[in-house]
Amino acid sequence: MKRVNVVVVGAGAAGGIVAKELSVAGLSVVLLERGKWYTANDCRKDDLRNQRTTVLGNAFGPEDEGNPRVWVDARGEGHTVLPSEGAYQNDAACVGGGTLSYGAQAWRYLPQDFRMRSTYGAPAGSSLEDWPISYDDLEPFYEKAEYEIGISGDYSGTPFHGPRKRPLPMPPLPPGREFGILEPAAKRLGLHPFHIPMARNSVPYNGRGPCMRCRWCVGFACEVDAKNGSQNTVIPIALLTGNCEVRTECMVKEILTDERGRARGVAYFDERGHLQQQLSDLVIVSGCATETARLLLNSRSRLFPGGLGNRYDQVGRNLQGHHYTGAVGYFDFETYDDVGPGATIAISDYNHGTPGLCGGGMLANEFIRLPIHMVDRLPANTPRWGLGHKQGMRAWHKRSIQIFGPTQQIPTAEGRVTLDPSVKDKWGLPVARVSGNVHPHTFEIGEVQARRAEAWLKEAGAIHTSVMAGKPELVSAGQHQAGTCRMGNDPKASVVNSNCQIHDVDNVFVIDSSVHVTNGGFNPALTIMAIAYFASDALVKNWKGTGFRS
Amino acid sequence: MLLHGKAGLLTRRQVVAAGALGGAGLAIGCATGKRGTWEFLSQGQAQTLATICDQIVPADEFPSASQAGVLNYIDRQLIRHYRRHQDVYRDGLEKTQAMSRTRFGQNLNSLSEQQQFEIVSDLSQQERHFFELVRSHTLEGYYGSPRHGGNRDAVSWRMLGLDEPPVLGRAQYNLKRGSPS
Repeated sequence: MKRVNVVVVGAGAAGGIVAKELSVAGLSVVLLERGKWYTANDCRKDDLRNQRTTVLGNAFGPEDEGNPRVWVDARGEGHTVLPSEGAYQNDAACVGGGTLSYGAQAWRYLPQDFRMRSTYGAPAGSSLEDWPISYDDLEPFYEKAEYEIGISGDYSGTPFHGPRKRPLPMPPLPPGREFGILEPAAKRLGLHPFHIPMARNSVPYNGRGPCMRCRWCVGFACEVDAKNGSQNTVIPIALLTGNCEVRTECMVKEILTDERGRARGVAYFDERGHLQQQLSDLVIVSGCATETARLLLNSRSRLFPGGLGNRYDQVGRNLQGHHYTGAVGYFDFETYDDVGPGATIAISDYNHGTPGLCGGGMLANEFIRLPIHMVDRLPANTPRWGLGHKQGMRAWHKRSIQIFGPTQQIPTAEGRVTLDPSVKDKWGLPVARVSGNVHPHTFEIGEVQARRAEAWLKEAGAIHTSVMAGKPELVSAGQHQAGTCRMGNDPKASVVNSNCQIHDVDNVFVIDSSVHVTNGGFNPALTIMAIAYFASDALVKNWKGTGFRS
Repeated sequence: MLLHGKAGLLTRRQVVAAGALGGAGLAIGCATGKRGTWEFLSQGQAQTLATICDQIVPADEFPSASQAGVLNYIDRQLIRHYRRHQDVYRDGLEKTQAMSRTRFGQNLNSLSEQQQFEIVSDLSQQERHFFELVRSHTLEGYYGSPRHGGNRDAVSWRMLGLDEPPVLGRAQYNLKRGSPS
């Protein structure tokens, strides 16, 4: 197979952008993706088989057959789990990755989110740390992501955001009924409600039409292709350059290294299961936090016996996502308007600045609900089955509002991804073994956030509320997973430098949420995208012909 | 896998249309798996399961679980995505009948409505794993997509007052005057 400049592993939020940026700059790129390439025609509107409700499997991968993981519970016992089970902590495996079927909230982190340790100090037992880069470093790349991917929304209602040079390229969608109920209530509480930034066309943009506001939103591929992910924005551009080839259903086995310790390409299983080699000048790993760590750990050699980039046992540590908590409010009037995407209004008043709490998170109303989402979200005194449950569904499905938010997690070194010593996937590769948890202070913050959500709902007129704030027995690191290849200046305490280059190996990069030092109190997609633009920019500037010298 | 039995769906609809007033007895008559039998369940197991499902979603002015085709859903999935639960179902259904015979000296299906409720209540305490599976699967079948054999003609969605088929796009705003959008 022809040698290329760059192999990118994983065609998700970050991998798609890296492939586009590098191929536009003239580098030859092979983009390897273990999943398939789906389109708007694959929306399917299947309430039981999508990426949010997975009781009949993940619509966009991975399949339950042959892709196990091991989850280690609090007692240290390992359980083999399937991709459609909660403890697997899945993120989609397809071209576009999570961005094909996400809800598409497209947040910038706040300046403090990059300075968590300086702002709060690290709670004992945590691995809370500052990023080596700042909000200001990322700002131009946030903007680039907002314009190239296409974001709608309006930040003008809130003072709680970092400085920005340009407004979002698209106005928000017209507000739904829940917005009309929640906005005045938030203002009465002295809060600053505003329109959620969304990677969703509110007007025609990038050659595609706007959202038609249907019920099948988060978890589904958009039927009218109004949701913007890497699969319908940057990856097509990468292909148009003629410099990029996408190979789907290709599972990378390992990164190959030479006797001097530099990468020379990857070995992968193609769509027929045949082992192939793709040689390259650079290898970029964009597999998302769990699978990126797994690939590095699986890339063992004489020089790297513990896996690539893992000289100081840092790969896989600091796994984090978001601790979702909130409340459901029940009303004596109809709140449901059957207009998607449903999630329209947010506050970020509570992300920082509460005495005694290390951070917080954004709070927003939930995406439009399908009936199946409601069966376990009825008021606490509702019977779980029988006529009472059925009547509860009738009473509350259209008369409830859910407010939830991603509480920023305080990571620990013990919340981590390793390789399982015995369980293998269908290619015979050791699978990810996920163990540990985030710092318990996270749950205290989550509890406070849930009460705040409840207060907002009560102010809006809720006659009953249910507070939902658990203490999960695992790192809640599914679609928001991050942190396993921490970015930092100290090679002993991080995996990559601030250009996303592995400390040990100068031609291997990790560009995805793995490099997040902390994960903000927001959905991470736009930050993943901004980092992909940021790192690609540095890489292109340092590119010298067929070699890479930083 | 989802295309399974497209013709079967039509048949079921016709059966429902023809027997819509037939009441609970309809449930078993609706089975339209291959060769007119269930794909995984035996006829006896299906009757036991229908009784449990109908305690979880009973009939009122809207159909019960089995009337809405929940058994089709569970039976199909037990040889597909829920293959791993086959043993739990086999054992659980057997234990349910044993409980019924021990407590009331009769099969579950011969008991009164109240007695059936009591057995299912016991089940929810004593056979938690089995009961929680059946509960989840019943609610999935009843409130999920009709494409999987349950929620026949989107009956649960209509019950909740959702437009079926959904009203989409521009028409939505024109139709709903006075909405904030």
